[in-house]
Amino acid sequence: MSRNLILGALLSSLVLLAALVSFVWTPYDHAALDIPGKLKTPSAQSWFGTDHFGRDMFSMIMVGARTSIAVALVAVGIGMALGVPLGLTAAARKGSWLDEVIMRGNDLVFAFPSLVIAILITAVFGAGAINAIIAIGIFNIPVFARITRGAALSLWEREFILAARVSGKGAARISAEHILPNVANLLIVQGTIQFSLGILAEAGLSYVGLGAQPPTPSWGRMLADAQTMVSFAPHLALIPGLAIIVTVLGLNLLGDGLRDWLDPRIRVARA
Amino acid sequence: MTKQTFRSFASVLAVGASLFAGQAWAKSDITIAMQLEPPHLDPTSAAAQAIDSVVYTNIFEGLTRFMGDGSVVPGLAESWEISDDGTVYTFKLHDGVTFHDGSTMDAEDVKFSLDRARAEDSANAQKALFAGIDSVEVVDPLTVKVTLSAPNGNFLFNMAWGDAVIVAPESIENIKTNPVGTGAYTFGDWVQGDSITLNRNPNYWGDQPALETATFKFISDPTAAFAAMMADDVDVFDNFPAPENLPQFEADSRFQVLVGSTEGETILSTNNKKPPFDDIRVRQALAHAIDRQAIIDGAMFGYGTPIGTHFAPHNPAYVDLTGNSAYDPKKAAQLLADAGYADGFETTLHLPPPSYARRGGEIIAAQLAEVGIKAEIINVEWAQWLESVFKGKDFGLTIVSHTEPMDIGIYARPDYYFQYDSSDFQALMELLNETTDPDQRKKLLGDAQRLIATDFVNGYLFQLAKLGVAKAGVQGLWENAPTAAIDLTQISWSE
Repeated sequence: MSRNLILGALLSSLVLLAALVSFVWTPYDHAALDIPGKLKTPSAQSWFGTDHFGRDMFSMIMVGARTSIAVALVAVGIGMALGVPLGLTAAARKGSWLDEVIMRGNDLVFAFPSLVIAILITAVFGAGAINAIIAIGIFNIPVFARITRGAALSLWEREFILAARVSGKGAARISAEHILPNVANLLIVQGTIQFSLGILAEAGLSYVGLGAQPPTPSWGRMLADAQTMVSFAPHLALIPGLAIIVTVLGLNLLGDGLRDWLDPRIRVARA
Repeated sequence: MTKQTFRSFASVLAVGASLFAGQAWAKSDITIAMQLEPPHLDPTSAAAQAIDSVVYTNIFEGLTRFMGDGSVVPGLAESWEISDDGTVYTFKLHDGVTFHDGSTMDAEDVKFSLDRARAEDSANAQKALFAGIDSVEVVDPLTVKVTLSAPNGNFLFNMAWGDAVIVAPESIENIKTNPVGTGAYTFGDWVQGDSITLNRNPNYWGDQPALETATFKFISDPTAAFAAMMADDVDVFDNFPAPENLPQFEADSRFQVLVGSTEGETILSTNNKKPPFDDIRVRQALAHAIDRQAIIDGAMFGYGTPIGTHFAPHNPAYVDLTGNSAYDPKKAAQLLADAGYADGFETTLHLPPPSYARRGGEIIAAQLAEVGIKAEIINVEWAQWLESVFKGKDFGLTIVSHTEPMDIGIYARPDYYFQYDSSDFQALMELLNETTDPDQRKKLLGDAQRLIATDFVNGYLFQLAKLGVAKAGVQGLWENAPTAAIDLTQISWSE
């Protein structure tokens, strides 16, 4: 196993752990205001200090991790659940009108800057975590569709698929039983990368006020709230900023490491 | 650093300083930043405060005008006589006043302006100011007789509003983009989305002001506002949007901070017709659930005065009623239980963009949650707020600052967005409008404040502070804001 993989797994599980633990325990109630105790710098009492309402930053970061992960996870889930079948179908019917419709539809979604469309969706249907999930999810569909199709196309040329066809299996069954297991490692790697992009997108949407609404803590909104206070309370911006960096870096390293580890060609070379 | 380089460095500094000083001495222009850009420049057809900030007393003048301390002094009217029964006002106008297009300002223009404002189809945002006017007559070119249907002790005050400025029929058509008034400054240029420039009017009837040109720059983002001040891009910020940054300006000798009062009663507006807020016990529970000081400290970083009714604390007629709705979550919970909401209820809290609303709203939502009221925060832009809350009345709670001076009269309008319908209050306002005796008026105003406070119409939070930031050398800025205005005629640079 590479160092990337280990470091990535460590950082990612740290964030995941924080999110999971926050369901049962946080140092303080993340929503409890304590106006007289506002803007305290990190100390033994509150490890990350307090924000402009005197809320405990550590608790907010923990619950914020939950928000980020939930939004990104569901969004990637939507992308996979819809994108992978579309990609498999397109590969199985290569060159047909169905392939054309699916892939040109993908191009259409790809052609728009994703965050701008996400802003449009949340502006039309209202701001909130659910709409942010849908907006980010839609943009994950073409990513997975394209990757699945590309990998599946080369598999369709292989002998074992030919053997499956000769034995009378239909396209749908071949896709599910032979193609899908062979593209799974690619999808896992891509899923990890998309997951980190989803976290960034959620932070971006929250930053402009279109993500999770208060009082639900969100890293992006913590950054936005800190904006005017950076000059005298830098921890308000640094801490959520670092949380985003750690998460995105961790997931990217994990994705990279997983790719190296799962790629059979590299594995053979290593052995 | 060697001695030599130090010396040359020092001399460069000295030259720089003297250049800077020379420039400051000759300075006759100013750049004033404000947060909102006016939608257009006609103060007589819109409620937007930003319009008045740019044009009031600079481009347009009324018969009377506000001074920075809130007093009402003669404007275009040199003097006036009031008949014994208080219904006829005879205004004597200044001689030799011309509009910026060269036409003379006379009694016909005054009649035109007042008749236009009170006309059936008038777009004036404050038609109530003119409601008592029965007729306007031109006696001679410099004399106007205004007859009221009933005595109105507020009439001279009403005529000082930006909504009551004198306009000319010749230039009314393009007033929104090319305002032509009688003021000391003429309209120069408007770069949409950026700035408006005004130039000194050489033909002004009054004293020539010190500044030749003034540029109003629009900076909506609080972070950009801070950066613009720090980088010397602007000389004055009329009402600085981020109170948390003021200590930094105070600590910096380049700047002065002016903390004053505004006419902005910041309230938790409550939809009085929408259940459960139609029950006075629920509204009283709201009032007792709110900790005003926490909101002032948390949202405004300590700037603001707690209020217990819809009235400005600096007004002599103000009655301190904060004790009537003191913070008492236990009592609030009890009142909710009495009203049949022992388990609380759900409602919405619409928050417009200013930080008093967005931050104040988060604090209020947390305080309401303590007594079991779950207020869902909905952040809205101003346009959306006007559409759904102000016009559509589709809201439970909202936070907004009512910045018009002496606006307690809005409670007499049952169709106003918070929908308070009390015949007692409406009768009280009618009586007030007919009363001219100052002591009697003061008593009636006190009664009115008590009535809306004991009816718990809205949650009364705090009086918005005016937070001005300016370069150290700027003089003559209004510390308080009796009305939205940036009076350029008083502003100058010290040497």
